[in-house]
Amino acid sequence: MSIQNFEQHFQAQIDNEIKIEPKDWMPEAYRKTNIRQISQHAHSEIVGMLPEGNWISRAPSLKRKAILIAKAQDEAGHGLYLYSAAETLGMSRDEMIADLHSGKAKYSSIFNYPTLSWADVGAIGWLVDGAAIMNQVMLTRTSYGPYARAMVRICKEESFHQRQGFESLLVLSKGTAEQKAMCQDAINRWWWPSLMMFGPKDTESTNSDQSMKWKIKRKTNDELRQNFVDMIAEQIKVLGMKLPDNKLNWNEQRKHYDFGEINWDEFWAVVKGNGPCNKQRLAARRKAHEEGRWVREAAMAYTEKKKSKSSLEAA
Amino acid sequence: MNIKITKYYYGDIPEEKSAGSTYQSAQDATTWPLWEIFIRSKQGLDHKHVGSLHAADAAMAMENARDVYTRRQEGVSIWVVESKYITASNPEEAGELYEPAVDKIYRHPTFYILPDEVNYM
Ligand SMILES: [Fe+2]
Ligand SMILES: [Fe+2]
Repeated sequence: MSIQNFEQHFQAQIDNEIKIEPKDWMPEAYRKTNIRQISQHAHSEIVGMLPEGNWISRAPSLKRKAILIAKAQDEAGHGLYLYSAAETLGMSRDEMIADLHSGKAKYSSIFNYPTLSWADVGAIGWLVDGAAIMNQVMLTRTSYGPYARAMVRICKEESFHQRQGFESLLVLSKGTAEQKAMCQDAINRWWWPSLMMFGPKDTESTNSDQSMKWKIKRKTNDELRQNFVDMIAEQIKVLGMKLPDNKLNWNEQRKHYDFGEINWDEFWAVVKGNGPCNKQRLAARRKAHEEGRWVREAAMAYTEKKKSKSSLEAA
Repeated sequence: MNIKITKYYYGDIPEEKSAGSTYQSAQDATTWPLWEIFIRSKQGLDHKHVGSLHAADAAMAMENARDVYTRRQEGVSIWVVESKYITASNPEEAGELYEPAVDKIYRHPTFYILPDEVNYM
């Protein structure tokens, strides 16, 4: 088969909803796009543990602490599923980690914002995990098999993340005046960054068309963002709080909520490394990796030693 | 009413704001091999492939598989196999491997039309 035939066959497979598996022929750009997207997604799960991890030792009760630890552990697992999926495309785990640490690879900008009060943990669960879920549910149907399977597993675990966040805010929203203020303050700070999680507007997004054609993505950034706004605008009523957007309004014609303009300058500044916590997040990852090196090497040395011992005994 | 809420800056505030970096991490001397993980979700069912992970040896692969893949009672038994021991068929040979079965419809029970009186055979 010529390259064109391979490409036609590949596109036909995708059009017929047949998943692409690791050993199948695929265009180089498809492989690259998937590696970039899946590894970025993995990095986001791992770096995402940091802002919340900040509150594990200061959670207000043993119950909340156990919940938060369980959530962070889930996120570590999500990172692992995704790294494994990306590895099937031929990039090693070490290369991916090195790219994260050098700043070459990106992760979701949302994790470059600080967690300043306990209410932030609830707001992250509800808004940040909530936004992530919109994207992840779509990705359970992505065209690359290992990515889709990882997403199915992740989505099963995510819904507890969002529910525990909302429930935690619900408790605050019924609490003292200080607790209510804390709840509103956290929502004010996390709302706009959550909307930015869906990425640039469709008109500005360069990768979108090809990704849609290859069914890596199945909904555009703006579609997902609108779905999210519609969902949260209803849920916030239960909390008795307000979203910090005075343009937020139900549009009877569109059957969607209208909302205000995102601060795109802020979005790009954070993506480019100038968010409030970019530097600190990367420093924390590097430190963990560097300080864990001797453990990784010792474990391998122990394995080698056991192997040579058993081969001696066999001889 | 004057409400004061405390915000904690410790542990979560940047030392300084700066963009980009030229960090280069050292390479590990060795890397842990990759393992494929299979889980029996309950007694009576087959082990099913659930994913993979890196571990120094089988015991560690087992522990990690427990932590990663059975946190919500998804399994009662785990198999771990180092990935390099798995031989996979090549998708390009799919034709030779699977097509010969296409025209052997007599291997399926529906090929045989029997009188109605012979129920449940
Ligand atoms: Fe996650
Ligand atoms: Fe999550």
